[in-house]
Amino acid sequence: MELWIDALIVLLILTNLKLIGSSRLSACIRIVALQGVLLGILPGLVNPDQMTLRAILLSAITIVFKGMVFPWLLLRSMRTSSVRREMEPFIGYSTSMLISVGLLALAMWMGGRLPLPIPLKSPLVVPLSLFTIMVGLLAIVSRKKALSQVLGYLVMENGIYAFGLALALKEPLLVELGTLLDVFMAVFVMGIAIFHINREFDHIDTDLLSALKG
Amino acid sequence: MILALIFLPIAAALAVFGLKSATAIRVVLTTAAIGHAVLTVLAWILPPAPVMDGWLLLDAPGLLFLSITSALFAMVSLYVLGYLQRENWGKRQDFQEDFLFTNSRESAFVGCLLLFLAMMTLVTVSQHFGLIWVAVEATTLASAPLIYFHRHRRSLEATWKYIMICSVGIALALLGNFFLAVAATLAENDHVPMLVSSLTAKASLLHVPWLKAAFLFLLVGYGTKLGLAPMHTWLPDAHSESPSVISALLSGALLNCAFLAILRIQQVLLAAGLSLFGQNLLLGFGLFSMIVAAAFMLRQLDFKRMLAYSSVEHVGILSLAVGLGANAGYGAMLHAVNHSLTKGMLFLVAGNILAVYQTKSIREVRGVTRVLPFSGALWVMGFLAITGSPPFGTFLSELVILKSALDQGRFVIAAAYLLILCIIFVAMASVVLSMAQGEPGELPAGSRNHPSLLFPRESLLAVIPPLLLGVAVLVLGIYIPPFLQHVLEQAARTFGMV
Amino acid sequence: MKMIFILHPLGALLLSPLLLGIVNRTKAFFAGRKGLPLLQAYYDLARLFQKSAVYSRTTSWVFRAGPMVGLAAAMTALLVLPIGGGAACLNFTGDLIFLIYLLGVMRFFTVVAALDTGSAFEGMGASREVQFSILAEPALLLSLLAMGEIGESAIDSGIPLPHLSLSGIYAGLSFSAWMHSGTVLLLAASALFIVLLTENARIPVDDPNTHLELTMIHEVMVLDHSGPDFAMILYSSAIKLWIFGALLAGILVPVRSGDFLLDGAATLGGIFLLPIGIGVIESSMARLRLLRVPQLLSGAGVLAILAIVLVLKG
Repeated sequence: MELWIDALIVLLILTNLKLIGSSRLSACIRIVALQGVLLGILPGLVNPDQMTLRAILLSAITIVFKGMVFPWLLLRSMRTSSVRREMEPFIGYSTSMLISVGLLALAMWMGGRLPLPIPLKSPLVVPLSLFTIMVGLLAIVSRKKALSQVLGYLVMENGIYAFGLALALKEPLLVELGTLLDVFMAVFVMGIAIFHINREFDHIDTDLLSALKG
Repeated sequence: MILALIFLPIAAALAVFGLKSATAIRVVLTTAAIGHAVLTVLAWILPPAPVMDGWLLLDAPGLLFLSITSALFAMVSLYVLGYLQRENWGKRQDFQEDFLFTNSRESAFVGCLLLFLAMMTLVTVSQHFGLIWVAVEATTLASAPLIYFHRHRRSLEATWKYIMICSVGIALALLGNFFLAVAATLAENDHVPMLVSSLTAKASLLHVPWLKAAFLFLLVGYGTKLGLAPMHTWLPDAHSESPSVISALLSGALLNCAFLAILRIQQVLLAAGLSLFGQNLLLGFGLFSMIVAAAFMLRQLDFKRMLAYSSVEHVGILSLAVGLGANAGYGAMLHAVNHSLTKGMLFLVAGNILAVYQTKSIREVRGVTRVLPFSGALWVMGFLAITGSPPFGTFLSELVILKSALDQGRFVIAAAYLLILCIIFVAMASVVLSMAQGEPGELPAGSRNHPSLLFPRESLLAVIPPLLLGVAVLVLGIYIPPFLQHVLEQAARTFGMV
Repeated sequence: MKMIFILHPLGALLLSPLLLGIVNRTKAFFAGRKGLPLLQAYYDLARLFQKSAVYSRTTSWVFRAGPMVGLAAAMTALLVLPIGGGAACLNFTGDLIFLIYLLGVMRFFTVVAALDTGSAFEGMGASREVQFSILAEPALLLSLLAMGEIGESAIDSGIPLPHLSLSGIYAGLSFSAWMHSGTVLLLAASALFIVLLTENARIPVDDPNTHLELTMIHEVMVLDHSGPDFAMILYSSAIKLWIFGALLAGILVPVRSGDFLLDGAATLGGIFLLPIGIGVIESSMARLRLLRVPQLLSGAGVLAILAIVLVLKG
């Protein structure tokens, strides 16, 4: 079992690295979708004994939302806004990779400094989620396109989710659903904003959103 | 009753989304605003019972912040009636860059406005950290379309920054919530519920490192929404590009909601005996925000941005006060009330000036007192109030905070606080007075009131709401009614400061 | 030292050119051609050794030393190379670093020999070779170290082998090690495979068949060698392929019965399956743009680092 958890976590780490290192927007969206699906499987492996109906339901909803609905929304807004398919980063791909390896080390160190009250099956879950959050933040600040910033936001959200799901924190269902709904609405509103940005500026590069200063 | 407070605006919003007639929409808005205000007054008289196992509960700070929100919303909705009438709904030219743009539909605007109210109400009444998070994020989403009311590229830029920065901040707060949940895990299958009451009751059992980490993330997360520097960067843009009514609500009501969210976790920290950890952080952020705000207010060219930075300053004062603790806590509560009323008033008046002068540039606005006698007078009055001059309520609250700093012997902080307030007074005085006095130049053609008219008509709906808010601040400076005094003290006590 | 251990180096010397033949036959099969004979590499070697070399007047002894040192280094490397669980002729603490340095010496002399010609093209190839190996070498070292942790923790008892020696590491990579920490081994193997493709000038990093100077890396460096010198280069590159094949097959074929012949035979099978895999990749992929190659290699480095991190955490 531990082998599978490790394998899944490594896959999740690799999706992050792949995301930060790939240049094509559609590929990045697919990677985020894959990450969402993997994330849905994670709690089942980490806490197999706590797989109540509620947990299964949450996993299923997670997979549907993060693995299907969000990527579909993003792919659609990518197609309708006829954007250039490259990511156009401020920081180059190799440099981003190097930075993220550094972030991985940092996440490992931080994960070691925060011992959980109840140890998990795998000591890598906390570092994984911290790492995913940091990669999401890196993607938000280092990518030009509005769409890739949304991707970064989603990755960051995924990281936070990995933390919550893997720890099987006893949040009431209402709150969990509210959280998911909020994230969904956020992506939806961002999608609409991207549509308007595209119409207004003929592209979705946020570096041209720079009229307001001071 | 708590449920009624939340669901009344939601129901009204749903009704508005379906309506086409402008009159019907405005009637619903007014009814909902008045209804909400009446329910809030009722909550003062008859304390409502907790709902949903204590998840929704109106304690003293909740009641205080709810009342601010409700009162401000009532005033804003009055103002909105006039504003919507005044707005030109067709295609029109932008006064800054000459491109054409339109507005969002009125039903969408009013509907989102009502949803925004519902979500702010939810923040004030929730006792569950998860629910607070959901509500705060929902306020962001409900208010984003409001900022994008004038559909042009600058407001779009502001909206994008608002959504992106706040969503990321709120996401960090979610992580903070999870950390809190870890801190509340006592043993396998033994969790303290994430309610404020349960967490404070079992505070000594919580895991300290995780609790501290949780506070840090929640502070940064909700601090983004609150507009604490250096997470404030969305705030000046959003405030300068959104319609003035929305700026009034964002500044007067929304900031308080985020502030309340931070106070809730501080409450847990206090019970766990870690109060000082949180206070020092708040103190640092507060002072830094004040410095940043002062730096940007000097030589500011845009009067709406100036008001926005003034919000950053006052947010800084609020967290500084909580950071000081003791009597300053009472000052913080009072200041939250005063600041909301004053800032709401100032933004509404700024809206009046903007409507006539058609520019946000400070240099191009002269002679407001001649062109708009009422608004001009209110503009100067608002300036005096916001900079904490006597006899306004802000003077009292800022004085309480200063006195508390001196009492504690923290002279450096007191000196910095005073110095920044002086700088800001000078900065704002030069701006406001130069706008209020002087010869009005040629007004743009699109303007309704022409300066050749000796007494141009100012619509009652545009003057009465800011006037009422101004009078309230004035009254608070002279006399604080006992019932309010009681709630203020109780609220301060809730956060461990008397 | 038992005499049986000498079987592996001898077998490698004998069989390694066959690997090149297998790669070529696989590619021919996918292209629908009949292809070269399996033993073509042997014919080429025999032919080249019979010819005499031509030396440019501008070259010095460095140019002549290049192929010889390269072949010598490759053959020495065979001595520390275990085959599967079977120990190598030589094993001592830290011999994995010895192996990496032998490969480094080989590359160094190929590069200086290329520079010695003074040709602009060869200089370009040399610079590319060095640039890529800067990225490939750490990946190789790190993945071997990651495996080392697992191999040694599994072995601890039993055969007395020095720590951090290749023989010791590979002896421990049994089936149970895979069950226990398969993720690490998979990561290390992936990194090793990318390094293999790079070091042996294979698609998608380099194309051994290309003769367009602008895109060549390895081939361009040996353009001026002829006769027996070129034969030595060809032979040493075959041995290099064998070395990496043995390293990789040692992980992927976890047969550790303790019987040298059985383990060796199983690993040998793995070594011969590998060129088929390379052939499939070469038939199905295009060469990467030169700019993308460092990304692939840093990807290998990241995989290796991840393996190390997992080992240290687990």
